[in-house]
Amino acid sequence: MYTQSLSIPDGDAKGPRKVENPDYLAEFNAKIDAGSFIEPKDWMPEAYRKTLVRQISQHAHSEIVGMLPEGNWITRAPSLKRKAILLAKVQDEGGHGLYLYAAAETLGVSRDELTEALLSGKAKYSSIFNYPTLNWADIGVIGWLVDGAAIMNQIPLCKCSYGPYARAMVRVCKEESFHQRQGYDLLLHMMRGTDEQRAMVQDAVDRWWFPSIMMFGPHDKDSVHTDSARWGIKRISNDDLRQKFVDATVKQAEVLGVGLPDPDLKWNEARGHYDFGVIDWDEFWNVVGGHGQCNVDRLAARNKAWEDGAWVREAAIAHAEKMDKRERQVA
Amino acid sequence: MADDMTQTSVQTVAASAEHIEYVMRLGDNALILGQRLSEWCGHAPVIEEDLALANMALDLVGQARLLLTHAGNLEGKGRDEDQMAFLRVERDYRNVTMMEVPNEDFGRTTVRNFLYSAFQILLWQKLATSSDTELAAIAAKSLKEARYHFNHSAEWVIRLGDGTEVSHAKTQAALDYLWPYTAELFAANPTDEAVSAAGIGPAWGELEAEWEAMVLPVFVQATLVVPARTPFKTFGKFGRHSEHMGHLLAVMQHMQRTYPGAQW
Repeated sequence: MYTQSLSIPDGDAKGPRKVENPDYLAEFNAKIDAGSFIEPKDWMPEAYRKTLVRQISQHAHSEIVGMLPEGNWITRAPSLKRKAILLAKVQDEGGHGLYLYAAAETLGVSRDELTEALLSGKAKYSSIFNYPTLNWADIGVIGWLVDGAAIMNQIPLCKCSYGPYARAMVRVCKEESFHQRQGYDLLLHMMRGTDEQRAMVQDAVDRWWFPSIMMFGPHDKDSVHTDSARWGIKRISNDDLRQKFVDATVKQAEVLGVGLPDPDLKWNEARGHYDFGVIDWDEFWNVVGGHGQCNVDRLAARNKAWEDGAWVREAAIAHAEKMDKRERQVA
Repeated sequence: MADDMTQTSVQTVAASAEHIEYVMRLGDNALILGQRLSEWCGHAPVIEEDLALANMALDLVGQARLLLTHAGNLEGKGRDEDQMAFLRVERDYRNVTMMEVPNEDFGRTTVRNFLYSAFQILLWQKLATSSDTELAAIAAKSLKEARYHFNHSAEWVIRLGDGTEVSHAKTQAALDYLWPYTAELFAANPTDEAVSAAGIGPAWGELEAEWEAMVLPVFVQATLVVPARTPFKTFGKFGRHSEHMGHLLAVMQHMQRTYPGAQW
């Protein structure tokens, strides 16, 4: 679904920074400065590679874990049309995950290693998926706000310096944009409905608004300085992206007829932007740190799927080996 | 309630009760198996299978929408796809019992998809020339989907049967469990006789020999043993379901029952 706008350290072992060959480094930097893509066969600094592996795999994990909160409503979707839309959306997310794992594999890691890091809790994924989906309107609000925030984060990544990631993002952004419109459409239908339906939408917006704007990561002044900007991986700051998202979303909320749960949210003529209230960063770091309502359940669900499926994966490998052997015997 | 389905088939002559019943059986098979497959989403053994199972669920939900819309039109009481799907009582669902039994594991899910998609291929082939032109159009579309479901599940039946001792045992157990339920597909009944006589579609029993010719060689290749027929009988297509059906419906109907009349 999206990458959080901070690349959260996964707890990699901290070691002395590798000294790179200065000629290679100069060539790499020249490519970055010229705005060219770095491709898998190109030389790249080890830190660049590690940063990308971490960011792309966190993004892939987020897509896969992100299937769970929305998947929670597939069997209870209120109409066949909505069931089909939701199934297709969650399927798209699985597809994004697959695509992103493949992009990460171009950097010399395997999908199995990355999966193992997710299942053991070592790798992070987007903290937004550690919030529960409690009513049907959550499905619309996730499309509208969560996918909307994801798009803001990801559009700049379509031009990031690593070719396979940038190309993956082009495709992912197209689908996310479709999901966002579908989410908004779902909410429009509910807002035109009964009082109970409108109450569900308001309840969902109240719960998802702040977590959504937290998706852009800590304020710039509190962000850990990384080389991502210099390397052309991150092109727009957290606060700028967040502001852009808030400015776009306030009008959409008005059209929808739903309130946003922030008394300090108001237009600032001087800045030409909406001001908004204080974000509860303690909550954000608590959820990132594993203490959100669903952290344990989400990881348990991923682990269960992986363990329950082990015999299936083993069977596929065993059968392929047998086929191979039989073919060689015939030949 | 469904706002994007146009009434594509306006029957000038009132459809027979058997004709409606026959289409409802097809629609409910797709609906209930689609519901079961959608439970997998996010929980499959590998991401590729998450995508495949969701894809098959989507195909079946799509078929259910067309078939239940058509059944509603034939019936002429103004029931749309959602009223058909969500607002009937258990006794009025007409799917065969095999569709509603729990997924259990990837083995049972795969064997069921295999058994049913083989049957669907034969059925949709025949229905593509139905005198009910709407049904014929749905059949032509669904046939392509069923072929994909069949190829995909047949490959997995072979992998799982031939793979490891564990996978062989689990898949054999799945086949042992499901095989008796397949008898219901082919059991003779007045609905099938009337529909067959009217040239609308085949009596399902007519398809049994061809169906066996499709599935048995795959089980041989998978080194699985097909159990002997037993007196076991089920009656889902007459509305007498298993204990599992009520739970499936409780989940599936939850929103429509809780918020009557709401538009989504």
